Amino acid sequence: MTSPAAVPMLIPPVDAELGQLSELFMLLASIAYVVALIFFVLDLVRSSSTITTLESRLAGEQASSARVLAGVGARGAGSTPGGTTTPPATADDSMDYGAGPRRGTARIAVALTVLAAVIHGAAVVSRGVAAHRVPWGNMYEFCTTGAFFVAVIFLIALSRKDLRFIGSFVVGLVVVMLCAATVGFPTPVARLIPALQSYWLIVHVSIAVASSAMFTITFAMSVLQLLQSSREAKVLAGKEDTARFLRLVPSALSLENLSYRLNAVAFVGWTFTLMAGAIWAEQAWGRYWGWDPKEVWTFVIWVVYAGYLHARATRGWTGTRAAWLSITGYLCVVFNFTIVNIYFQGLHSYSGV
Amino acid sequence: MKQDVTRDAEQGSAGGAKPDVVLPALGLLGTLRWAWTQLTSMRTALFLLLLLAVGAVPGSLFPQRSANPAVVTQYLQENPTSGPILDWFQMFDVYSSVWFSAIYLLLFISLIGCVIPRAIAHFKAVRSTPPRTPKRLSRLPVHGTIEVPAARARATGLTPMLAAEQAAALLKKRGYRVDVRDTATGTPSVGAERGLTKELGNLVFHTSLIGVLVSVAVGGLFGYNGQKVLVEGESFVNTLIGYDSFDPGSNFTGDQLDPYSLRLDSFDVRFDREQESHYGQPLDFTANLTTQDGPGAEEEQQVLKVNAPVTIGGTNVYLVGNGYAPVVTVRDGEGDIAQQGPVVAVPSDGLYTSLLVIKAPDAQPDQLGFVGFFLPTAFVDEAGVSFSRDPDPFNPQLNLNSYYGDLGLDDGTPENVYVLDTDDLTELNSRTTDDGGIVLGVGQTVDLPEGKGSISFDGLQRYVALDIHHDPGQLGALVFSTLALLGLSASLFIGRRRLWVRTAEGTDGRILVEYGLLARGEDTRLAGEGASVEKALLDRWLVPDGPVGENGQQEAGASSTAGGGKPNTITKDNS
Ligand code: HEM
Repeated sequence: MTSPAAVPMLIPPVDAELGQLSELFMLLASIAYVVALIFFVLDLVRSSSTITTLESRLAGEQASSARVLAGVGARGAGSTPGGTTTPPATADDSMDYGAGPRRGTARIAVALTVLAAVIHGAAVVSRGVAAHRVPWGNMYEFCTTGAFFVAVIFLIALSRKDLRFIGSFVVGLVVVMLCAATVGFPTPVARLIPALQSYWLIVHVSIAVASSAMFTITFAMSVLQLLQSSREAKVLAGKEDTARFLRLVPSALSLENLSYRLNAVAFVGWTFTLMAGAIWAEQAWGRYWGWDPKEVWTFVIWVVYAGYLHARATRGWTGTRAAWLSITGYLCVVFNFTIVNIYFQGLHSYSGV
Repeated sequence: MKQDVTRDAEQGSAGGAKPDVVLPALGLLGTLRWAWTQLTSMRTALFLLLLLAVGAVPGSLFPQRSANPAVVTQYLQENPTSGPILDWFQMFDVYSSVWFSAIYLLLFISLIGCVIPRAIAHFKAVRSTPPRTPKRLSRLPVHGTIEVPAARARATGLTPMLAAEQAAALLKKRGYRVDVRDTATGTPSVGAERGLTKELGNLVFHTSLIGVLVSVAVGGLFGYNGQKVLVEGESFVNTLIGYDSFDPGSNFTGDQLDPYSLRLDSFDVRFDREQESHYGQPLDFTANLTTQDGPGAEEEQQVLKVNAPVTIGGTNVYLVGNGYAPVVTVRDGEGDIAQQGPVVAVPSDGLYTSLLVIKAPDAQPDQLGFVGFFLPTAFVDEAGVSFSRDPDPFNPQLNLNSYYGDLGLDDGTPENVYVLDTDDLTELNSRTTDDGGIVLGVGQTVDLPEGKGSISFDGLQRYVALDIHHDPGQLGALVFSTLALLGLSASLFIGRRRLWVRTAEGTDGRILVEYGLLARGEDTRLAGEGASVEKALLDRWLVPDGPVGENGQQEAGASSTAGGGKPNTITKDNS
């Protein structure tokens, strides 16, 4: 009555040449991401200065009728010098396209990200083909495939909402992950050790990586939300607006709402990861839960995000506190992925480092 | 509006408790009530959840007895001051500690206190009619009006009452629960609601968590697990004495064991021989077993692999480890065989450099003991240190120190077969003595100094380490966690909406239809829903059912003004 899930004995040998090609693709993708990152940053700088010029011009025209920064997609009235009670200008809350002026640089940045993601996809797929298995079996592969998921999920989100304001952040993280993979955990293509030869690897790890990628994006949003809400409070209190680039970012409230929706999806994914991991653990180690360090941290992450969801329904805990919980959750994700994988002794010590 | 949501949640959870409770002077009963209210409040649940997360962390920082008691003992030896303090705080038994148990038990009590009133409230909500129609629908986040011109209304005989009924029918088709009210007035209205499954999902989710906890407890009470090392050719019978170690649940009774048997016929290992970077990495472990489900049953051939346990006699058998068992013969000073057979060597690295201990308590005149290591492919480096170069047995070698004296096995205290306490023994030879200790290849024999006897390395076998588990709570845990996942998805992704329609007749015979929508919780698709309902209503009244002339339609030319609030007008107090 053995399970048919056992992987057949005869796996073809790995294709080292294709593996090298994959590494070349990975390098090309990294370069493309770096260029995209430069354009994203440039866009932030440029748009920010465009707004500033527009504003000063408006301030000059104050005498006529001080109209709101119509073209900038600004929500409130511009921070008229001396005007204290108006909320600070933020990008359009709907995060739909077409609300602001055209941002040519940002378009180039997005196009480059798409290009990078395509090359990146080729790298990930060729790695899998070279090894005759899914390309997530060691730290190098968790990083590269994870980064790919981050890029793809970001692009999908980008196709529906104008999230270019977190472009530099997200693409920056992708670059960091790719660097970590190639510098920190270089691993040539190889087959899987018996402990990883299971269909559950495909299910469990892919959902884990996808959920983590979503948590990455909500992390970026929560950080921006905190910055934005402190800026909002500052400007409302009549202080000087020191973080002017945040005018490209929607209001703290709408950031919170959007990251809540993404976090909800990611949380369901994480719940599934936890369950699939337990089923796999039952097959491999004979118990579905054993408080192995990796299991502990997966559980901690789950509970922190459950706390986040609860916070959203608890008076006094929405807004800033919820954002902190979302950030804490993500820090746990990062900890689980780095420190726990590398330094903690446990049954999960197969990460190939 | 978010405040609304919050209040709903809290009322649901605590049966209408006010969050800012003033300490009542109500005696015991009152105090208990107050404590209960506090415990089941959303804020407490949140606090306990975060506490649970924090409480789980130390278990990953310190070694845990449940996972590996030996490491804990070692830790205590290495940290004589901090160790006992940590131990007092149960840092080595975090998940069975008093404080961790207290956190999750309180959380689950809170959960029960939260779910029951909400389940009752939900039950009532399902049976009651949708809430009464607000006075001013234009105040709702999404709203709009439709006008059916007098001519059109007359042509189709549309009255406010009829319009309300038709709107209700239409909403019903869209999955709403509907209720037509104010029928006696000139402005009848429809109350509609959908998405009660959202709350149901939430209840199922939380209840299933209790189910998971109970299943885990059942497994802990009635389950058992044990370990057994089997050398090729050996058999195991599922009885208490058959196990090397056995860990029963607290309600375990011996007659729970089903006396099946397993024999390890052979164990096949395959290492990577193609790739230089991963040369020698394991690719496959396969144990070939002959099983017999009880004394009289027929024998069966089964294959056991790392991710594929064998199920037999209500247990699952897992392959959790493997290694080499060198076959040795120890002769004593009188030339008699004192010990013969395979000795399990415990691997300490991926190249199967293994530690082993041989005990020959029957040796005469002195008991003999050996400690050393086994190398599957022995090599000697420049410094003269032996090491293993490959996990496969290309050049198997035993390197041993020998001892004689009282092995301490006779007083009946349980002994670890993998450890030899050499304190009370006299060393015969070792790597540091002139003869360099015992180095043995397969087929070789070495005589011990002082005529104490000899040892031969006769051959090599493999062994497997098996874990055998019986967990009656496992299925429950799977079922409940699956339910939890479904409930969670329903709860998070279903929109709960209320919709009202009010109809009236204008002075000139126009029919005025006003509608408004309200979401409970966040719902970004509310505006979209409003638009499609409006379109459906327009189609219903303005596009003729039968083939009516185009003029009729043109003439109808109804107008509508939708909108109002933005799709996501849920504002919250971020204070
Ligand atoms: C074992 C502990 C608990 C866990 C892991 C947990 C987890 C969750 C999660 C993940 C959600 C969001 C998904 C959903 O809406 O179904 C949620 C929602 C909710 N939980 Fe819990 N919960 C726990 C205990 C409690 C307790 C003790 C209470 C009552 C005091 C409670 C009350 C609620 C409420 C009212 C919601 C709905 C929030 C909303 O409308 O957004 N939960 N819970």
